[in-house]
Amino acid sequence: MMIRLFAALALIAAGAPAMAQGFAGLGTEAEGFAAPERGYQFEFPRDHLAHPQYRIEWWYLTANLTGEDGREYGVQWTLFRSALAPQAGAGFSAPQLWMGHAGLTTPDAHFHAERLARGGVGQAGTQADPFSAYIDEWEMRSTAADGDALDALSLFARGEQFSYRLDLAAEGPLVFHGEDGYSVKSAAGQASYYYSQPFYAVDGVLDLPGGEVAVTGTAWLDREWSSQPLSENQDGWDWVSLNFETGEKLMGFQLRQSEGSVYTYASWIEPGGSLTAFEDGALTMTPLESAAVAGREVPVRWRVELPARDLDVEVDAVFDQSWMATRFAYWEGPVRITGSHGGRGYLEMTGYE
Amino acid sequence: MIWRVLLTLAAHWRRHAGQFATLFVGLALAVGLWTSVQAINAEARASYDAASAALGGAGAQRYEAVDGMPIPVAVYAALRRAGWAASPVVEGELEAGGAVYTLTGIDPLTAPGSAMGAGGDGEGALALAFITAPGVLLAAPETVEALQGEPRLPPVEASAQVEPGAVLTDIATAQRLLGLEGEVSAILIDPSRQGLRPLDAVAPQLAQAGGEGDVARLTNSFHLNLTAFGFLSFAVGLFIVYAAIGLAFEQRRASLRTLRALGAPLWSLIAAFVLEAVVLALAAGLAGVLLGYGVASALLPDVAATLRGLYGADVGGGLTVRPGWIVSGLAIAVIGALAATAQSVRRAAAMGLLASARPRAWARASTRRLGLQAVGGLAFIFAGLAAPELGDGIVAGFMLLGGLLLGAALLLPPALALVLAGLQRAVSGAAADWFLADTRQQLPSLSLALMALMLALAANLGVGTMVGSFRATFTGWLDQRLAAEVYVTARDEAQARELRAFLETEADAMLPIWETRRELLGAPGEIYGVADHATYRDNWPLLTAQNGAWDAVAAGEGVMVNEQLWRREDLRLGQAFPVPGGPELSIVAVYSDYGNPRGQILIGIDRLTELYPDVSRLRYAVRTEDPDTLMEAVRARFDLPRGGLVDQQSVKRFSLSVFERTFAVTGALNVLTLGVAAFAMFASLTTLASMRLPQLAPVWALGMTRKTLARLELARAAALAALTFLAALPAGLALAWALLAVVNVEAFGWRLPLHLFPLDWLRLFALALAAAVLAALLPARRLSSRPPRAFLAVFAQER
Repeated sequence: MMIRLFAALALIAAGAPAMAQGFAGLGTEAEGFAAPERGYQFEFPRDHLAHPQYRIEWWYLTANLTGEDGREYGVQWTLFRSALAPQAGAGFSAPQLWMGHAGLTTPDAHFHAERLARGGVGQAGTQADPFSAYIDEWEMRSTAADGDALDALSLFARGEQFSYRLDLAAEGPLVFHGEDGYSVKSAAGQASYYYSQPFYAVDGVLDLPGGEVAVTGTAWLDREWSSQPLSENQDGWDWVSLNFETGEKLMGFQLRQSEGSVYTYASWIEPGGSLTAFEDGALTMTPLESAAVAGREVPVRWRVELPARDLDVEVDAVFDQSWMATRFAYWEGPVRITGSHGGRGYLEMTGYE
Repeated sequence: MIWRVLLTLAAHWRRHAGQFATLFVGLALAVGLWTSVQAINAEARASYDAASAALGGAGAQRYEAVDGMPIPVAVYAALRRAGWAASPVVEGELEAGGAVYTLTGIDPLTAPGSAMGAGGDGEGALALAFITAPGVLLAAPETVEALQGEPRLPPVEASAQVEPGAVLTDIATAQRLLGLEGEVSAILIDPSRQGLRPLDAVAPQLAQAGGEGDVARLTNSFHLNLTAFGFLSFAVGLFIVYAAIGLAFEQRRASLRTLRALGAPLWSLIAAFVLEAVVLALAAGLAGVLLGYGVASALLPDVAATLRGLYGADVGGGLTVRPGWIVSGLAIAVIGALAATAQSVRRAAAMGLLASARPRAWARASTRRLGLQAVGGLAFIFAGLAAPELGDGIVAGFMLLGGLLLGAALLLPPALALVLAGLQRAVSGAAADWFLADTRQQLPSLSLALMALMLALAANLGVGTMVGSFRATFTGWLDQRLAAEVYVTARDEAQARELRAFLETEADAMLPIWETRRELLGAPGEIYGVADHATYRDNWPLLTAQNGAWDAVAAGEGVMVNEQLWRREDLRLGQAFPVPGGPELSIVAVYSDYGNPRGQILIGIDRLTELYPDVSRLRYAVRTEDPDTLMEAVRARFDLPRGGLVDQQSVKRFSLSVFERTFAVTGALNVLTLGVAAFAMFASLTTLASMRLPQLAPVWALGMTRKTLARLELARAAALAALTFLAALPAGLALAWALLAVVNVEAFGWRLPLHLFPLDWLRLFALALAAAVLAALLPARRLSSRPPRAFLAVFAQER
């Protein structure tokens, strides 16, 4: 998820020299912004919507799909919010910036698109009843008749060469990472609010340059918001969300620190939705094989171990070149899982220069 | 062989460094002015291209509200939500320190051409400060200073990308400064996207504004204008080069004969002349290109302001070096130098081996040659006059100008010869007789320089008269057109209602200024509604009208059209005019509408609201005896949008400042052309002076002092300049007429009455005399200080 934090910051710090100051400025304590606290009582649908008093926030969905043609596909739909000041505001002067990322991966191609917008004018944002998170014509919209707003969603995004339209139905409850949704992000205690809906069954249509493909599969939605930036010694990030054939799921990440050490976290999710949090050191992620991607070496095959759950698997990219060449570039794509458990999932990596 | 011939010929320049400098500077000046104009044109065209590429990279076009009013932000959001690649723009006028700037607000996140909006490599920067309150204003360095003292404005930063007089900022900042919160002025949309809900369904209130094709078409005439000026300057410069090379040839006759006698073949002489010309042209051309760059850099901001003020075309303030105009400058230098050398080559080829080596600089002008020149001059004038009859358009207009000017220039030497001959018959006394005869003798050598002077003077007179006439007409027209004392714009309909109620009692009259933008006869146009009020009947500047025109308009039966539309569509009074979405109304009058590139019609206000019920009803002209008190009262009572309350004087000031900038460039080029002509005169006189000693020595021997001789030289230059000015006067007025009646009509769509400005003529006359005397001063001083020994030597030397 750290990429998401990076990306949210990159929305403001667009990578130009003039930006350095802005980036450094954001690297300091968040002034005036609300900070996550232990024991927070989530309330829905309120907490599905934007929290403008927090600095960063995202609605992050990844899907592992199989086409009617028998091929594997991956879909990413992300809406980032980044606040310049802790209030919603109205009009173009509203201090809320929005960024959309869409990705579509096939076994031999990767497409991506990016959208930017300002809050306050109706171009991007969230709304309740029905729940909707949107930027331009991209939209994640609730189609749930009753129950939680996220129980059923329709999803749409479009790029220059592709578009997709998916229908999602949740087959399990929301899960809360860390301490009931209070997710610690570093040894220094930085944290976020973090919950997921990892139980989606999906069907829909991908529109590719070669024509339309009907698809079915699973999807995983992450909701996270915070105000606290990263530590300066954090170089990069490897993150996985894994769906095992047993119905169990794993969300895990390792934070690569400049002195060579890592900080890890893992959520083990039972088929019924109960979640066990594993703090630093329980999870290990070992790169096995790299590929040249966008002029750099990126690990595309990993060994992921969680001895506490007898997990020892290899995670292998469906398509090595799943590169999101967006304003802040990163690798994000579907993976196959083999070893002690079989299945499919998503891999996200950043900080490989 | 050719190398030795070349060295021999080049030795001449070593001995006559001044003459070389003349040639070099003349050519460089000519190329410089030509290049500067080319560079300006190239820059402007590149700006149009860049604008269309920045938009056109995504193929974006500018869309505005059909009724010409601001667009609610919701329309923008609806377009984005429908999937259209749209980006908002806010525009308005920013008053600071008594000056008015054009303020443009953009959204860097969606602006086409900005890397922020384009996605991809993220090369562009979104400065956090730019989009965060209080924001940042970007302006040209010269504009920054003027804005910095304003406390209510955000910080200002210099940017070379912004033209002088313009201010660029974030859309939120612009909205705040202009009082346009919740609204945008225009939306850039890429209409080529497929598979979306149609644009006219998502945003039916928008229409595509005049695209860049429009700008290119509108500005074409302006650029042709500049090109004509550049060409004129070059022609003047060419006269210098021609004169200098011709004289150099005459002076090198002896060397040539000697070379030939020594066995140098004719071809080697010719080759040497050509080579010399090319090398010289390249060197001087390069200097000229540099000079042109300097001149263009200095003029470009004014040109940019002109194009923006007149056509709304955006041109950056910075000049880029482009191979196009460099090559064109060098090429025209080489062609010019070769053309000037052709005569020398021809003479060298015709020269007998044993011909006299005596310079023929004072060969007496033959009557036959003068006669031929006169016939040629008349032919040019007639051809020019015939051009508008044969073809339409601005090119014909410029052919008319060219014919008039060249014809007049060619007629000058015969005319001067006639006048001098007449004077000689009229005067008595040996000294006067000698003076006139000597002047006539010199005429052939000076005629080129005089023709250049005459061209420059005529152009100056013509353009000066045109601009003066325009200004006189324009100010008079402004006084009529802006008859109301105060102009108000309400924020919304509700405020407009309150405003109407308030002003009903406080003001003498409140006249709606309601307009809508529609296509008129297939081109973008404006439709205004007018109230039936004495303000219009008494003041509105009608060019031609039927009886009862205002009654017909008030009754909703008549329509008035502006001059541009009238001329473009060749309309006639009484003709039926199809009002878009309405009936055909009879054209009852034509009114002048300077400075508006669009066609426009006036119909009765009731007719307007009946045909276009959704027309925005926010603007009013207010008549009052006491504008200051009224404005105070309105300001205290209403929260009007920025620029929503303007008095007549401010509008006039702004309009006139746009006007002045428009012709600043013309004025500058004018002065430069005159400078080149003065230099031509100086060059000819200096060269002549060194060769005239044998002519003067006998007169000196007869008892005329050197001082008297020098004084006579000065008097001659002044007399010739005066005569040239007299000849330039009718030519200049003819030029002014052609500009006003032919070129302006083609370029702008309006015709202006000719006004005469005798005081300007006097000023120019004095300037011409001063230039001539100044040009003659150095040679005259040299003459008066030349030792008697030199005069004596003339008699001692065998020539």
